[in-house]
Amino acid sequence: MTTMKRATFGKLLGSLALLLAGGGMPAWGRSGWDELNLPHGVTNVSNRIYALHMMAFWVCVGIAVVVFGVMIWSLIFHRKARGAVPDVSLTHSTKVEVVWTTVPVLILVGMAVPAARLLVRINNNTDSQVSIRVTGFQWGWRYQYLGTNVSLISKLSQSSNLARQLHSGLGPSSVRHYLLSVDHPLVVPVGEKVRLLITSVDVIHSWWVPDLGVKRDAIPGYINQASFTIAADRPGTYRGQCTELCGRDHAYMPIVVHAVSPAAFEAWLKQQSAVQSEASAGAPAQPTSRS
Amino acid sequence: MAEPHDTAAHADHDHKPHGWRRWVFATNHKDIGTMYLIAAGTMFLIGGLAAMAIRAQLFKSGMKLFDPSVFNSLTTMHGLIMIFGAIMPAWVGLANWMIPLQIGAPDMALPRLNNLSFWILPFAFSLMIASFFVPGGAVAGGWTMYPPLMQQFGAAFPMLIFAIHLMGISSILGAINVIVTIMNLRAPGMNLLRMPLFVWTWLITAYLLIAVMPVLAGAVTMQLTDHFFGTSFFNAGGGGDPVLFLHVFWFFGHPEVYILILPAFGIVSEIIPTFSRKPLFGYEAMVYATASIAFLSFIVWGHHMFTVGLPVAAQLFFMLSTMLIAVPTGVKVFNWVATMWRGSLSFEPPMLFAIAFLFLFSIGGFSGLMLALVPSDYQYHGTYFVVAHFHYVLVPGAVFAIFGGVYYWLPKWSGRMYDMRLAKWHFWLSVIFVNVLFFPQHFLGLAGMPRRIPDYAPQFTDWNMVSSIGGFIFGASQVLFPYIIWKCVRSGKPVGANSPWEGARGLEWELPSPAPYHSWTTPPSAAVLARGAEH
Ligand code: HEM
Ligand SMILES: [Cu+2]
Ligand SMILES: [Cu+2]
Repeated sequence: MTTMKRATFGKLLGSLALLLAGGGMPAWGRSGWDELNLPHGVTNVSNRIYALHMMAFWVCVGIAVVVFGVMIWSLIFHRKARGAVPDVSLTHSTKVEVVWTTVPVLILVGMAVPAARLLVRINNNTDSQVSIRVTGFQWGWRYQYLGTNVSLISKLSQSSNLARQLHSGLGPSSVRHYLLSVDHPLVVPVGEKVRLLITSVDVIHSWWVPDLGVKRDAIPGYINQASFTIAADRPGTYRGQCTELCGRDHAYMPIVVHAVSPAAFEAWLKQQSAVQSEASAGAPAQPTSRS
Repeated sequence: MAEPHDTAAHADHDHKPHGWRRWVFATNHKDIGTMYLIAAGTMFLIGGLAAMAIRAQLFKSGMKLFDPSVFNSLTTMHGLIMIFGAIMPAWVGLANWMIPLQIGAPDMALPRLNNLSFWILPFAFSLMIASFFVPGGAVAGGWTMYPPLMQQFGAAFPMLIFAIHLMGISSILGAINVIVTIMNLRAPGMNLLRMPLFVWTWLITAYLLIAVMPVLAGAVTMQLTDHFFGTSFFNAGGGGDPVLFLHVFWFFGHPEVYILILPAFGIVSEIIPTFSRKPLFGYEAMVYATASIAFLSFIVWGHHMFTVGLPVAAQLFFMLSTMLIAVPTGVKVFNWVATMWRGSLSFEPPMLFAIAFLFLFSIGGFSGLMLALVPSDYQYHGTYFVVAHFHYVLVPGAVFAIFGGVYYWLPKWSGRMYDMRLAKWHFWLSVIFVNVLFFPQHFLGLAGMPRRIPDYAPQFTDWNMVSSIGGFIFGASQVLFPYIIWKCVRSGKPVGANSPWEGARGLEWELPSPAPYHSWTTPPSAAVLARGAEH
C-alpha cells in the first residue's frame, strides 16, 4: 500500500519524528509520518474512490494555483509601499464575471459525472455470494453468516482492552495493533461478493474499513446494505473502526476483517458451524445482544 | 472632555444611565453590542480551554488524562460553546455596533427587545456550563446530539435542551431586531443596493436564523418528550425513526454553518476594499451570491448523511446541490481577489486577517468540495478530514473575520488606536499555528483516524503531536487579543477626528471617533451619504 514516493517522504519526516518524539516507533508499525493519504485499498471500489479522491484533490490544487497565484501577484506588485496607484474604475466586468461563473460549473460537471457513476456502482448490492448480518452494539460488533448457524461477537482484543484502561500502567507499545485488534475477526472470502446487512441494537454506529472502501451506518430499526469484493490476489487482514460516536467506548470497537481464499473460508465456516452447533446443544454460544 | 456640561450637544448625545443600570437596563445598541462581544469573548475562552484539554488528551497514543466519557463531554461542549456561545454572539455584537452606524440610524429599532435578547444569554450559558457539574457530567453525544445516544445522558440532557431553547429565542429576537432595523431605519437615500455588505450579509443571516432556529428547537423538544413523556419520535422501538432526527437537525445544521460564515463574508467585503483603496469589485454580484448561498443552504442538508443509507437518487441530489454552492462561493472569492487586483494594498492588522481568511477559507472550501463527492465522502465521513474541513472554515474563516472586524472598528468604537505591533504579533502567531494545528488533521483523517475518539492507534501519534503543539501555541497566542483591546481602551493614542484608515468608506467613518452614544440622531445629509455609501 505504501508507494515509493510516500516511503521517501516518510523517511525524511521519520528522522524529524525521532527528533520530536524522542523515541522510535513500534517495530511493526509504519512510520507515523507516512500516514498522509487514503489507502488504495483492496477492492475495485476502494481503488476507484482513491482515484476520484486524487482527481478532486488535483482539481483543487489547480484552482488554488490560479486563484492564489493572482492573489500573491497582487500582494507583491499592487502594494502601496511600491507606489501602486489604485485603479478605482475597476469595479465590474460582465465578461470576467460570466467566465468565472461558467468555468467552475464546467469543472464541477466534470467532477460530478465520474462521482455519480461510481456512486451508482457502489450502491449496487445485488448478486452477492455471501451475506453477513452486522449488528453494532455498545461496544462491539456481532456478525451472523446468513444461511448458516455461524455467529461471532467481535470485541476489542483483551490485550488492547487492558492497556487502554486509565490506570493499567500499560502503554500502546505493549500491544500489537493497539486499539485495532479484536478477539474474533470477521472472516470473508477473497474474490467473492460479500454483502453486509448492517443494523444496530442500541445507538447509531458506523462500520468502516478503509481498505474495503466501505462505510455504512448501523442504525436501530434500519437494515442498511453495503457490499465489497476483495481482489482475489489480496488476502490479508484489514482493519477499521466505528465512525459514529456511540458513547463512552466508541473508540474501542474496532473492526478486523480476515480475507482468506474461498476454500479456506468454506473450511472455516464448516468448522465454526460444527463448533457452534455443539456448543448450542449445551449453553447458547451467542451472547444475547444488549439493548 | 472640557466641554461645559449643559451644552445641547452633550444632553443630546451623551445622556446615559450610570453604574450597573447602564448595563442591566441597557437599550443602547453600543452598550448591548459591547456586552455581546464580552460574552462571546468569555465563551471563546471557556470553549478554548476545553479545546486545550482535548488536544492534551490527543497528544499521543495511550494518553490517559481523562475518562472516555469526560473526553466526549469535552468535545461536545467545546462544539456547542464555540458555535452558540462564541461565534454567534460575536456576530450579534458586531451587528449591534455596526448596523445603525452603517445605515445612518440612531439605534436599533427595538431597543428593549435588544436588551432581552442579550440578557437571556447569561442564563443560557450558565445552564450549559453548569451541566458539567451535575451527576453523570455534561452531555457527551457530540454537538449534533443524535438519538438514541442522546437519550442516555442524565440531568445534563434537559439542561442542555433548555439552554438551546434559550439561545434559540435570543437568536430569533436578535434576528427580528436586525431585520426591522434594516427595513425601517435606513437613512433617506440609503436604498437596499447601497447598503454596505456587512449589513446585507447580516440581513440574509437574520432570515436564516428565523427560518432554522425553530427547527432546531423542535428537534430537541422531540428528544425531550421522547425522554420524559413517552413519545417515540426518534425511538425505533416505539415505531419512531432516529434518521428523522438527522434530517431535521441538518435541515437546521447546514443553514447554521452559513449563519456562522455569512457575516464573515460581509466583514471581509468591508476590509479588503479599504486596504486596497479601491471599491469592492462586483458589489451586486456579491449580494446575489450571498442570497443564492442562503437559498441553496436549505437544500443540501443530506451531505451530512451520505453514509446513513439514503436512496441513491437522494444522495445524487444532495451531491449536486452541494457542488452547486461552490459556484456562488467561488464568485465571492473571485470578487475579493479582483478587488485587490490593481489596488494599492497596505497590510494593517484587519487586512492581514482578511487576506489570511481568503487563503485559508478557500482551503476549507476545497475540502468541502471533496467532501461533496459521495463516494469519496464514504471514506472521509466521520474522520479527522471532516474535522479539518470545518475548522478551516470556522477558525481562519469565521474567527479570523471577527478578529479582523474588531481590529478594523476598534478605533471607531473607542476613539483610540491599538498597538499595531502587538496586533501583528497576534496575527502571525495565529496564522502560522492555526495551520500547524489543523492542516495535519487532513492527513490523519485520510489515513483512517475517526473523529471524536479519546485514544488512537500508535501510527497516528506523529501528526497528532504536531497538531497538539500547534493547538497549544495557537491557544496561548489568543491571550494577546483581550490584552491588546484592554490596552487600547485604557491608553491607546486618540485617533482624532479623521478616520484612522486612509481608504475607509462608509457611513460609520463619517461620524466622529469614538462614535457618539446615540449614533445618527439626525440622518446623514445626501452629500454625506453619497460620500459614505460609495462602494
Ligand atoms: C464550498 C462550500 C462547502 C462545502 C461544499 C461543504 C461541504 C461539506 C460536507 C459535504 C460536509 C459533510 C462531511 C461529512 O460529515 O462527511 C461538511 C461538514 C461540515 N461543514 Fe462544510 N462545506 C462547505 C462550507 C462550509 C462552511 C462555510 C462552513 C461553516 C462556516 C462549514 C461547516 C461545516 C461543519 C461544521 C461540518 C461538520 C458538521 C459535523 O459533522 O459536525 N462548511 N461540509
Ligand atoms: Cu462508535
Ligand atoms: Cu453542510
